[in-house]
Amino acid sequence: MKLDTRLLHAGRDRDPYTGASSVPIYQCSTFAQRDPEKFGPYDYARSDNPTREALELAIADLEGGDRGLAFASGMAATSTVLLLFQPGDHLICAEDVYGGTYRVLTTLFRQWKLEVTFVDATDLEKVCRAIRPDTRAIFVETPSNPLLKITDLTGIAALAREHKLLAITDNTFMTPVTQRPLELGFDIVVHSATKFISGHSDVIAGLAAVRGEELGRRLKRLQNSFGAILGPQDSWLTLRGLKTLGARFAAQQTTAARIAEWLQSRPEVSRVHYPGLPDHPGHDVHFRQASGAGAVVSFELAGGGDAAKALLRRVELMLMAVSLGGVESILSYPATMSHAALPRPERLARGITDGLVRLSVGLEAFEDLTADLERGFSKT
Amino acid sequence: MCAKSTTPHLETLLAQAGCGRDASTGALAMPIYQVATFQHPALGQSTGFDYSRTSNPTRLALEQTLAAAEGGVRGFAFASGMAALDCVVRLFRPGDELVLTEDLYGGTYRLLEQIVRPLGITAHYVDTSQPAQVAEALARPNVRAVLLETPSNPLLKIADIRAIAAQARARDQLVIVDNTFLTFANLRPLAMGADLAVYSASKYLGGHNDVVAGVVVAGSPELADRLAFLQNATGAILGPQDSWLLLRGLKTLPLRLERQQRNAQLLAEWLARHPRVTAVHYPGLPGHPGGALLAAEKSGCGAMISFAVASAAQAPEVLRRVRVFRFAESLGGVESLITYPCQQTHADIPAALRARLGIHDRLLRLSVGVEHIDE
Repeated sequence: MKLDTRLLHAGRDRDPYTGASSVPIYQCSTFAQRDPEKFGPYDYARSDNPTREALELAIADLEGGDRGLAFASGMAATSTVLLLFQPGDHLICAEDVYGGTYRVLTTLFRQWKLEVTFVDATDLEKVCRAIRPDTRAIFVETPSNPLLKITDLTGIAALAREHKLLAITDNTFMTPVTQRPLELGFDIVVHSATKFISGHSDVIAGLAAVRGEELGRRLKRLQNSFGAILGPQDSWLTLRGLKTLGARFAAQQTTAARIAEWLQSRPEVSRVHYPGLPDHPGHDVHFRQASGAGAVVSFELAGGGDAAKALLRRVELMLMAVSLGGVESILSYPATMSHAALPRPERLARGITDGLVRLSVGLEAFEDLTADLERGFSKT
Repeated sequence: MCAKSTTPHLETLLAQAGCGRDASTGALAMPIYQVATFQHPALGQSTGFDYSRTSNPTRLALEQTLAAAEGGVRGFAFASGMAALDCVVRLFRPGDELVLTEDLYGGTYRLLEQIVRPLGITAHYVDTSQPAQVAEALARPNVRAVLLETPSNPLLKIADIRAIAAQARARDQLVIVDNTFLTFANLRPLAMGADLAVYSASKYLGGHNDVVAGVVVAGSPELADRLAFLQNATGAILGPQDSWLLLRGLKTLPLRLERQQRNAQLLAEWLARHPRVTAVHYPGLPGHPGGALLAAEKSGCGAMISFAVASAAQAPEVLRRVRVFRFAESLGGVESLITYPCQQTHADIPAALRARLGIHDRLLRLSVGVEHIDE
């Protein structure tokens, strides 16, 4: 089955008992057993719930993994994955990861003696040089947030395999419709399903897909023990969103590409970051591993921080908010939002300047979005 | 909140949980904010809500209701009881030691032994109903906290929270009480000197066996701030739909528990007279150790009973034959449930330890619901 079809029919696409066209919402915590010595497939909803399971089967299928897991949030997914490691382990992490990932790594997990080295993951040499005897994994995001820097997934996977490390990536920005890291040799993929996968800015959810039965079992045990699970209602809503992921992403991506080009022509904009632009660093690498450029465009205002803030204050159609990936366009300010957790020197060192704005392109018409931006650029 | 006078009774507070918070429509029930993100009115300004992992209005209504009910500073709602416990455990560092009730929920044991111990945090298990054992354990130099389950699971032993809290405070140690079995309708640990109250809210708080959720209520602003950071950073939050269902369940908590406790008392007395039953554990039975402690707090005795049958073979037979009691995991809901601790809730505890604790293969545990006592 083609991917567009599997979005609708992967996993459990209907209720086996009644034939209902979508999986029922099993709003229950426990399951009656017939026999005290032989339990049925479900006993307690933290461990297994049929609605959540339908979502977990779907993401495993779409990412080409052996196991899928659904969590209360993207951060819950990332935090549970990080529990695979022990005190004294070392992790290499891309330096421009999402601020929440940076936060848990430098506070909680550092406290529990997980060492982290942040590197420019777009440079395989630098990643290789950071490997130590106690290194256990490499964690990357591509395209990165918010500068959309491209990391060579095949290269990272090869390095990881050579040094017997786990290769983990956050695939939120691309989603499996465009990029499938497990098929390129990665071990674990995490998602903030809050974003493109659910797609309607109305669910907080996290997903993980794992390659390898044993690793899948280990992560399942952690999911059960730590219990940061996704509830049945939110699982069902995420599944519902998944059905239109292909159609939404395609439309949003097309508009994003047009907006990126339009922005490049504007004098108010000093730089545009978008993997679809031919001179975007890593453009060729990106199109070897992904089938599209995505729907997130970041750009820098020539007028710096003041111009960025003025733009954010003036737009009327786009939401000025945190988050991304929904059907409504969202304009964000990384300095005070997604990367607020980074101390300013750290943020600037990563190129996330005061004049940088991030646009998640939704389903609105190109003309209306550019009119809104023009309104934002105007000096009157 | 609707109540305007001084602190209302718990029944009143809970009956009106979440009520009247939507000024624009006057909706009585709390709206379900099925939303991930919030528009900022202007740059640098916020409505108080930015991203639902950090704060969501429906979850907040629940969390504030829980804080008021428990008499704490701030409440936090999580995806499950285990997620709530995990958050509490993250307050500690490698080298810290914890004291716990030895006959505790198997999932807590699993968390502490298989995940937390390798991280360098050591757990010591004692009979927390025995003051001498507790005092000895708390005297160890690196002990940072004691986590009490009272009544314990499944033998229903009672710990003296006030006395333990006094000892712990003298040593700057935290007192955490898993109050799942009794709830704030019976006991308020924070008022007795504890620092944190934790719950599997899937049980009595939700009350209908239809939500999996966890709760922590903090007794001090400092702990509240640390937990807020942890809840936001690790994001094991409760979703809006489940938060709403929990709010809904809370409304009838005092009513449900009153009926359940009345049923449990009658049932425990009936079991105690039954020829095929060799032992019954229920705090409301005369001679149950610690019953006086609950009476002193004017607390009910809960609705959990455990009892032993004469032989191991009889236990699965009982499970097969019961019609009204359902054989299922969990407890605390309106439907009565029966479980077999050695194979279910306490399966993660090693057999030798289970044997020493008295969680043998003749022991069955009842969660008494609101059905008619005759059934």
